[in-house]
Amino acid sequence: MTVTIPTTKPLNAHAACETCPMNRHLERLGVKMDNWDYVIALAGNPNTGKSTVFNALTGLRQHTGNWPGKTVARAEGGFQYGDERYKLVDLPGTYSLLAASVDEEIARDFILFGQPDVTVIVVDATRLERNLNLVLQVLEITDKAVVALNLMDEAERHGLQVDPRRLARDLGVPIVPMVARRNEGVKELLQVVHDVAVGEIQSRPHRIRTTHHQALDRAVDQLVTQIEAEFPGLPNVRWVALRLLDDDAQIEQAIRDGSLGDLSRDGSDTAIPDNLLIAEVSA
Amino acid sequence: MSADTTAKLLDSASALRQEVGENFHDALAEALYTDAAQIADRAVTRPDQRRRFDLDRTIDHLVTSRMFGFPIMIALLTLVFWLTIQGANVPSALLASLLLDTVHPALLDLGDMLHFPWWLSGVLFDGAYLAAAWVVSVMLPPMAIFFPLFTLLEDFGYLPRVAFNLDRLFSKAGAHGKQALSMTMGFGCNAAGVVATRVIDSPRERLIAIITNNFAICNGRWPTLIMVSTIFIGGAVPAALAGFVSALAVVGIAVLGVLITFASSWFLSRTMLKGEASVFSLELPPYRPPRIWQTIYTSMIDRTLIVLWRAVTMAVPAGIVIWTSSNVIIGGESIAEQMVTFLDGFGWLIGLNGVILVAYIVAIPANEIVIPTVLMLTVLTAGLSDVGEGAGVMFELDSNNAIREILHVGGWTTLTAINLLLFSLLHNPCSTTILTIYNETKSLKWTAVATLMPVVMGIGITLITATIARTFGWV
Repeated sequence: MTVTIPTTKPLNAHAACETCPMNRHLERLGVKMDNWDYVIALAGNPNTGKSTVFNALTGLRQHTGNWPGKTVARAEGGFQYGDERYKLVDLPGTYSLLAASVDEEIARDFILFGQPDVTVIVVDATRLERNLNLVLQVLEITDKAVVALNLMDEAERHGLQVDPRRLARDLGVPIVPMVARRNEGVKELLQVVHDVAVGEIQSRPHRIRTTHHQALDRAVDQLVTQIEAEFPGLPNVRWVALRLLDDDAQIEQAIRDGSLGDLSRDGSDTAIPDNLLIAEVSA
Repeated sequence: MSADTTAKLLDSASALRQEVGENFHDALAEALYTDAAQIADRAVTRPDQRRRFDLDRTIDHLVTSRMFGFPIMIALLTLVFWLTIQGANVPSALLASLLLDTVHPALLDLGDMLHFPWWLSGVLFDGAYLAAAWVVSVMLPPMAIFFPLFTLLEDFGYLPRVAFNLDRLFSKAGAHGKQALSMTMGFGCNAAGVVATRVIDSPRERLIAIITNNFAICNGRWPTLIMVSTIFIGGAVPAALAGFVSALAVVGIAVLGVLITFASSWFLSRTMLKGEASVFSLELPPYRPPRIWQTIYTSMIDRTLIVLWRAVTMAVPAGIVIWTSSNVIIGGESIAEQMVTFLDGFGWLIGLNGVILVAYIVAIPANEIVIPTVLMLTVLTAGLSDVGEGAGVMFELDSNNAIREILHVGGWTTLTAINLLLFSLLHNPCSTTILTIYNETKSLKWTAVATLMPVVMGIGITLITATIARTFGWV
């Protein structure tokens, strides 16, 4: 990483102005990305407006359509916000990360092995419960996550009141209410993404409780101890344990070939593995 | 970490898996759902009163009902094409009179002034320019109306309902319901439709979707259908009904394409690609009021202009080739005439003609240039030399009348028009799509099947219609 986290508070008014978030400027870089400071993954259920958020940030015009399954592979673009350059990766929309289909596999592999600096989960405010399934699964894998609570206008239209603060407290990660297609909340999202990327916001996300199943909890605890011994510093031990218990062949493979072990080292400046760089599909 | 400890870790995982038992997966899913439900419940407040009237649900009941679903689909499509055909008439005529009657003679005069040799003027102005001008005047107006309308329907959320309606039929045909989505994409561009089949997980069903995607009429073919229907089908009925009837003809061909998609999916899933249809769940997204101006803007820029540009870049070299082959004389006849004569016999057999077949060969890189190629070849081989002079006879009325004149001189009948509509639906995919099919399947065999199956079907069907029409003495 090229950027250091400012630890001292600004001393005078002039400095305060320079660092004030209101003065940071968004520059959309489109596909002109050669070097970047942070990698941001964009995950979410199908048809929640991921591509709209993607377009709003990168200035690209990836085709957006009101139907699920539109983004079939990853699309990438870039933007600069403040002094930092970000690479944004639009993952296929999925309902889960259990790798039951190619889409889910692409999304999960990227969040797990691509180690994005921030994962933004775009959520449909009108269908919160179903969308939270995916959010909770992402939060098992990474704690550097931000929830973009999109389609707030539609929630309103349907007479729903969604309380972002309550949600933030329960999920343990920042929530940004948005109406992406009207560009509302984009600035706020950028600021939060920046704060999480540089480490100014540290989250302690919600983890799935499994207390009502004692044999399971014991098994998880036992595996967690073993995995921690093998891979010190792995950020998502509990999730790996759950996947192993669920007979997940890909995670077993990742343990065998050592790619999981790579994650336990300081992976922040390792390159994204080639097999994750799937060809971009034009809309 | 050593292989030894890895194995130990995996062993103990598998031992624990036995211990935890079978219901682990369900327990985990349950925990996930419980948490999600609880968190959502705390964060969302619903209004106390029951919703009096849910517009989305009411629309859904209507547009996906067994009785009204298909009629509404066809009515909407007809409306879109009717608006396209009616709206494109005037700007098409304006563009044609500007590009063909004004600019073209001016360019020829300019060539004379600069003492261009005849062949240079010919290649540049009668070849390259004329082909590009035809493409623009024939294609731009219908596309500029059709694409925004289609995109508005897409943005509104209608496409998943179409998929929902078609799902039942697809599973009866042994194909995947998501094929409805890739097919709908194919209505925009077959190459994009083939890529969109990636949403289908089963390789068998995905191959079916790839092979049959070509039966969804793409951007490049809509203008051909619209123009031929307007001139020959619409021209055969009273003027008041012309727009409506031509729209119905275009919809008829599109619906025929969908039926052929079902039939060939059914055939493939029972012969070369046997297997059961897999189930999937399709989410019907909420209806969203489309952002009209933004949709019009992006569909103009992203679709209309890109498709038009592709057509122009293909048309310019094609125009040069056509002009050159019509003016290089070997053994007393030009190359183009020889090719046309060579293919005329076979063309006649299937109710088309040599010009159309040559046009489809020239247009393999892009279907968009079929009509311009047909027009140029007809003009050049039928000896309508005064078009180049801008004599005014051909283009006095409006572009459709001008085209009708040219095609009548070329010996076209209603049978030619109908069979051209059919052949436009049933022929090989364009070279971009063929390449995409190969990239997606990595198989020469399936690429060949996807390329050749439609041509064989097209020749078969046009042969049948031509034979029937001639047997009954209709032409």
